[in-house]
Amino acid sequence: MFVLIVGAGRVGAAVAKSALAAGHEVSVLDEDPLSHERLDAGQGRSWEDSGGQFTVGTALETDALVQAGIERADAFIASTAGDNTNLVIAQIAQKRFGVEKVIVRVMDPARADWYGEQGLQTISPTKHAIDMFERALAGPRAMEPEAA
Amino acid sequence: MYAIIAGAGKVGRNLARELISKDHEVTVIESSRTCYLANEEEFEHAIQYGDATELWVLERAGIQRADLVIAVTGDDEDNILVCQVAKEKYLCERIIARVNSPRNHDHFRLLGIQPAVSATDLILRLIEHEVPRYGLVHLLALEEERLEIIELEVAPDAPTVGEKVNDINLPEGSLIISVLREGSGFVPKADTVIEAGDEVLLVLDPGLEDAITAYFAPNGQPAAF
Repeated sequence: MFVLIVGAGRVGAAVAKSALAAGHEVSVLDEDPLSHERLDAGQGRSWEDSGGQFTVGTALETDALVQAGIERADAFIASTAGDNTNLVIAQIAQKRFGVEKVIVRVMDPARADWYGEQGLQTISPTKHAIDMFERALAGPRAMEPEAA
Repeated sequence: MYAIIAGAGKVGRNLARELISKDHEVTVIESSRTCYLANEEEFEHAIQYGDATELWVLERAGIQRADLVIAVTGDDEDNILVCQVAKEKYLCERIIARVNSPRNHDHFRLLGIQPAVSATDLILRLIEHEVPRYGLVHLLALEEERLEIIELEVAPDAPTVGEKVNDINLPEGSLIISVLREGSGFVPKADTVIEAGDEVLLVLDPGLEDAITAYFAPNGQPAAF
């Protein structure tokens, strides 16, 4: 599977590395050339030597997306720092380039729900955090593994 | 009419002033605290502090009853999303979006955000009007309907000079709708003879500009400054 990840922050870079390790072809697009270091970290060799691809560019530039290989992407992950950027580029991947699997990070739970209903696969870390806080608050040390 | 305006920059503020002076109800939503505070005194209850891409902020502003949503922030993604949500979630009938970078115009179109207004494009259009290339001026482009109206000045060496309208075999999808001669315009008849210096108005399918130019200004040069 060819996976294109836009936004190589903590989440994007980690997902990129694990996807590569799982044997997928992985291309990463980020506007900050320094984010490349996050991909190299802990690899023992460079991201490219490990087989990864990296493109510097902003996600709203169609040229950058094409250069990063969106036309042959089987999966697209939008994990930049901005919800609005993620939602727009995810729809571009889906509607203009016909990428089959589009996954988008949306911090705002309300819009994660609504865009989810509109056919985007949304992941809202905020929702997970809320959920975990609520469970942690409700149960006595509910997050800890149960004592044997 | 009730209008919600996202973004209290120069464009948003001036739109709000105009609409308010015409007795429309307006709410401006501004996400920068500093900018909000700077405008609160003037706009009072007609400005709210918040991020207009968030659903609850739009709902607080009363988007369910808005007749018009105008997104004029400095951020194209924000403008796209405000309008998309207004149109598709809240079924607002009329939206207008500002395009900051003309390169993003395609994205607005792709996601159905129309009309999308780009200041750069408008100024380019004006430059084109002032400095017509090949004497051709775009007067109106109806993108949805796929029609354009253009204006051309007939060059002295054009093949159509001295020809009757009826005898000019224009490409399919184009039609002369008006001729301006010596300051006044008229609708040509079949036997109207085209003269050098006439300004002809044509309606045509997009993409026919070059073919049409050959009929009226074959050796057209960019106008001299």
